[in-house]
Amino acid sequence: MPSSNHPVNKLADHLFRNEAKKMVAVLTKIFGTENLQTAEDVVQETLLNAIQIWKFKGIPDNPSAWLFRVAKNKAIDIIRRNKHSQQYDFSDSERVLLTSEYTVNSVMENLWKEELIKDDLLRMMFACCHPGISVENQVTLILKTLCGFSTQEIAKAFLTSEETISKRLYRTKEFFREHKIKLVIPSVDEIKNRTDTVLNSIYLLFNEGYNSTSSEELIRKDVMEEAMMLCKLLTENEHTQLPEVYALMALMCFHSSRSESRLTTDGEIILLPMQDRKKWDAEMIEKGNEYMNKAAVGDGLSTYHLQAAIAYEHCTVKSFKETNWERILSYYEWLCKIADSPVNELNKIVAIMELHGPEKALNELNNIKDRKKLGSYYLYHSLLGEIYSRLHDLNKAKSNFESAIKLTRSETEKKMLTNKILALLN
Amino acid sequence: MKEYLFLFRGGDMPEAPEAAQAHMQKWMEWMGELSKQGKFVGAQPLDKNGKNVSGSKKMVTDGPFMEGKEMVGGYLICKAGSLDEAVEISKGCPILEYETGIVEVREIQELKM
Repeated sequence: MPSSNHPVNKLADHLFRNEAKKMVAVLTKIFGTENLQTAEDVVQETLLNAIQIWKFKGIPDNPSAWLFRVAKNKAIDIIRRNKHSQQYDFSDSERVLLTSEYTVNSVMENLWKEELIKDDLLRMMFACCHPGISVENQVTLILKTLCGFSTQEIAKAFLTSEETISKRLYRTKEFFREHKIKLVIPSVDEIKNRTDTVLNSIYLLFNEGYNSTSSEELIRKDVMEEAMMLCKLLTENEHTQLPEVYALMALMCFHSSRSESRLTTDGEIILLPMQDRKKWDAEMIEKGNEYMNKAAVGDGLSTYHLQAAIAYEHCTVKSFKETNWERILSYYEWLCKIADSPVNELNKIVAIMELHGPEKALNELNNIKDRKKLGSYYLYHSLLGEIYSRLHDLNKAKSNFESAIKLTRSETEKKMLTNKILALLN
Repeated sequence: MKEYLFLFRGGDMPEAPEAAQAHMQKWMEWMGELSKQGKFVGAQPLDKNGKNVSGSKKMVTDGPFMEGKEMVGGYLICKAGSLDEAVEISKGCPILEYETGIVEVREIQELKM
């Protein structure tokens, strides 16, 4: 039997990904963020032991408990060997008892209580999204430690080399070593800013799954699910359940409800007007609504609120024709006011094109102040292509679609744009 | 604040694993409280086996060193404002749940040279 089909490997894939992040979070609580590497090594060894022993003896009744027990024992071994080493700091009142044989077992047992682990994951998330770490490195670390992705998988998701990913992870660990970042849920006066950073990374992660830059798969459902899982953790803690957290959760529900209709069975893109709306996940849309209601608290209006409102408009209308472009345009106008981003500007112009026609859209596009900056966006060229195609200027349409093709790295998007060019010729 | 050494003698450990675990939980609560107050320095239990090394001839003899009851079974070092306070702290030690349990409380002396 080829080893990849061994039942242990099949179980391991799912279980390990789930349990690994919990173990890393607890072990980092034990050894400190400055020793994240130790935590990761313990997890790695634990999983390797599991594979070796389970293949031989069969899978235990409670595999998670088995993994936790092995990780606990390994952690105790490391503490015994290193309690006087300068690399580890067990001086705070919670961890000092790990250095006494009278208490190490009981303390260790308490640290692994299932009901504490959710908060450990949250604290880990705030550490990963420390403002001193670049956004790119934040997302990389989240994928590694909180989503259980391998360096190779992350490299694939970001269309970059494993070496680049390793370097990013190394730099972040250096940052932890230098600053000994504490694993805490930020205080009340910091929580809003710190949560914003976390939400930004979660949404980036989600988009990586929703519209993957990876050349092979456009949609990575696993990445989307991980992002939603992380956001859900924020909704479950009373300190972090801010309106914008619920708004992002709603937005992700609305987006993910359409996953099934966005690609053909051959993996080609189906654009919104052509999507089979019966395939949209009604349950997911309903969940999105519930989160939307919870988000409607207080007077703050985040970009996620507006984006969720737009996604809601698309999700709840029966056909593309009935889309309420007027309302959508007003949301985009608002959005552009509070978040100046080229993508928002371009989306606003899509709404103008649908509502007022291609000429008005072209006018608006020409009026954008930093048009030069837009030149590097494939969306800009693809929108121009669409506008010219509606204006029956086939040459300009074609050349813009061609520019767009050159700018996207996604094979699926290239294919979709090529189809648009072919459609022009018919 | 001065440092005090507690030497634990006698006492016992329940044999049933669950009772033993519950007993160790009490040690953790006692030491945890000390630690929260910033008074905990260190503590370790000691194995029964050991050797005595004595005199200029460095004679090595086997333990046990005394009657089981009087053998030092472990130690703890903590901070306290006075010997009286240290004695009060020691009263919380779970070893005193046993009639044979003894905590010897000694101030760590600063040697004036």
